Amino acid sequence: MMNIETINALTSRVLMAQDSATTITKLTDEFPSMTMADSYDIQDELCRRWVARGDRITGMKAGLTSRAKMLQMGVDEPSFGFLTSAMACPESGKIQIDELVHPRVEAEIGFVLKREIGGDHLSIDDVMAATDFVIPAVEIIDSRYEKFKFDLISVIADNGSSSRYVTGGRPMDPRNLDLCSIGVVIECNGDIEELGASAAVLDHPANSIIMLAAHLHSRGARLPAGQLILTGGITAAVAVQKGDVINARFQNMGSVSFRFV
Amino acid sequence: MNSEKIIKYGAELYSAFSSQQTVLPLTEREPSITIENAYAIQQEMIRLRLANGERIIGKKIGVTSRAMQDLIKVNQPDFGQLTSAMLMDEGQPVSLSGLIQPKAEAEVAFVLKEDLAGPGITAIDVIRATDYVVPCFEIVDSRIKDWKISIQDTIADNASCGIFVLGKTRAKLTDLDLNLAGMLLERNGKLEQYACGAAVQGGPVNAVVWLANTLGKLGLPFKKGEIILSGSQSSLVPAIPGETLRCTVGGLGSCEIQFED
Repeated sequence: MMNIETINALTSRVLMAQDSATTITKLTDEFPSMTMADSYDIQDELCRRWVARGDRITGMKAGLTSRAKMLQMGVDEPSFGFLTSAMACPESGKIQIDELVHPRVEAEIGFVLKREIGGDHLSIDDVMAATDFVIPAVEIIDSRYEKFKFDLISVIADNGSSSRYVTGGRPMDPRNLDLCSIGVVIECNGDIEELGASAAVLDHPANSIIMLAAHLHSRGARLPAGQLILTGGITAAVAVQKGDVINARFQNMGSVSFRFV
Repeated sequence: MNSEKIIKYGAELYSAFSSQQTVLPLTEREPSITIENAYAIQQEMIRLRLANGERIIGKKIGVTSRAMQDLIKVNQPDFGQLTSAMLMDEGQPVSLSGLIQPKAEAEVAFVLKEDLAGPGITAIDVIRATDYVVPCFEIVDSRIKDWKISIQDTIADNASCGIFVLGKTRAKLTDLDLNLAGMLLERNGKLEQYACGAAVQGGPVNAVVWLANTLGKLGLPFKKGEIILSGSQSSLVPAIPGETLRCTVGGLGSCEIQFED
């Protein structure tokens, strides 16, 4: 386990890379004995620094939750991370691409809870009963590691590659949807780049929340009401460039669109 | 290619089908064979099946996904003819004993309530002429050794048609968002593939438009009551005796198929 000085130093290194859109080498290259708990300690320290400079924690994300993503990144379990007000971008808006290193986009289903939940024995029914609404979302992930190459421990220290997110379309009561079979298409400049169905996320996106809650439980925390939870990409992530217009279409839930400038 | 050869290869493929003995790819033996020649051979093979008491009940569209088109290096779909002997009942175990090297595909089938006479058919005409859509499985099979097919081989071989099963739940095109309808393919209850309607030519209606216009150019009828398999939304998956496959199309329903020897 890392000492507090090392956690603080690595947090500064990650934060600097995030803020300046530069890459760093994988933390595990320099610290091979680093653990997942160390990485989540770095995330907690990131949160403290964000809040100290005036950002608000707006939610959490589960990442690497689909087979497509696990294959793409060569890992075999999910990662979790935090969302902040500085990462939120408006639907139909513009995202400054030069603030990012090598962004990719993925379509996800966002959950907003109406009451706090926690523990390591939640069921899908528990999650659904606590859900206020679900909403289409696109997450812009951006690894601060060179060439998007990382291991699970390093990516967690980089806050699960979180960088920006956009919600849009129709917020919906999940009881009015079959959350397993929501079809999703990501278009870039009008061409279909990726498609899938929501069961790609651990057979049901609520399973992401169950795993996230269990993870928080292991760190003595719970999932709060009112925040956005991104449950993980339904498709493989699509690399984007300046000028690209992204449109993610969700069955019965509308679409989310924005542009990189 | 002269008509003797068309008749010869049509008879050879029919005999391969009846005796369940594969043949070498036609393209190895006739390098100059065209797509038109291949459809003529298909017509000859079908003529022999009809002479044996089968009836035409519809069409299948193949090679509709970008992945499949890239694999066999073409940029358009193909079609084959469905006969009465190919339609199996949902709910009855499906015997694979009549097939040579079967594989399964999850699709959406259209049933027409009006004739469609191309060329000049548009999406509006297809929507108007469609009675309903239904989830289905096509069990494709190749009479070509080891599935070593080029586009001409599969077209001549009736677009690798084997048998098919229709689910029991139907919907009008006005009742669901077909292009974004998520598709899940489960084997023995475990999720194996997922996609959505847009996997087929951006939307299954587009594939049916292509078919109507292609049939029109070839002078082939496309009649009220016909069943159209609009193209695979999944990759080809193995069909194995003793196993059960189920495909679910969001907002439409499911089709289940249980294989036996």
